[in-house]
Amino acid sequence: MSHGFYIALSYAISALIVAVMLGRIWLDGRARQRELAELEASGIRRRSSAAGKGELA
Amino acid sequence: MTQSLAITKFSDLANPTYFLNLSGRILPWLGCLTAVLFAAGLYLSFTTEGDYQQGETVRIMYVHVPAAWLSMMCYSVMALSAIGTLVWRHPLADVSHKAAAPLGAAFTLIALATGSLWGKPMWGTWWVWDARLTSVFVLFLMYLGLIALNRAMDDPSKAARVSAVLILVGFVNIPIIKFSVEWWNTLHQPASVVRLDGPTIDPEFLIPLLVMAFAFTFLFFTLHLMAMRNEIWRRRVTAQRRMAARMASREN
Repeated sequence: MSHGFYIALSYAISALIVAVMLGRIWLDGRARQRELAELEASGIRRRSSAAGKGELA
Repeated sequence: MTQSLAITKFSDLANPTYFLNLSGRILPWLGCLTAVLFAAGLYLSFTTEGDYQQGETVRIMYVHVPAAWLSMMCYSVMALSAIGTLVWRHPLADVSHKAAAPLGAAFTLIALATGSLWGKPMWGTWWVWDARLTSVFVLFLMYLGLIALNRAMDDPSKAARVSAVLILVGFVNIPIIKFSVEWWNTLHQPASVVRLDGPTIDPEFLIPLLVMAFAFTFLFFTLHLMAMRNEIWRRRVTAQRRMAARMASREN
């Protein structure tokens, strides 16, 4: 196999792993925001949201 | 006065709502900077000269080395976050190390895969169980173990404390990785950039390498902030669902 094959495969694998990582995080964020919007729409709000201060859980 | 202001600012960051607002403003800029750095880094990676010995395969270095650096930097960020969890009980510290573990695993996987693809034409083998390669493989397994641990435990704060202890114990592997090429006789070359006597690498290779290293670093921080925001939202969804279930049971 030529050196070009090893170089191309190295960059392709790196790009694929970065794309999967980015896509996974992006889709996860969209799904969580959708869930929060659904909860908000059904009238379930965070206790602290009125005060404008957040807490983690 | 200045110190108390700094402490107040740091304490403000403990508030996830403040963190979400701040990171929401920073993320577009970080994303743009990462894209610009990658464009410049990739351009330089393919337009600079090949090495007189390694030929064109030296271009693999521009993804392999930054990914390897990031695999260790990510673990160091996790170790600092673990201290934040155990010592200061900082609300974002456990979110930080939980969000960083999959990123560290991904960067380590890139380093292992590209190293193997560089090793085959240069060393004549895909893999050897020498000190550097083995210690990086152990780092990859540690990342997978931490991801599994976080997923196996239902209580996030308990999982964070157990993970934090494991992260700090596992940090011993980072200096082993760094100095493995000096302490043992390995097939992997010794350090040529981060050295006390300065880099021994030609500027023709050093410039694209540093640009790509910055690109990977900014990519890490962009993805880390995004993943931390997701984790905060995930915990809010869980808390709100629990609250809804309590309200429903009270009504019944």
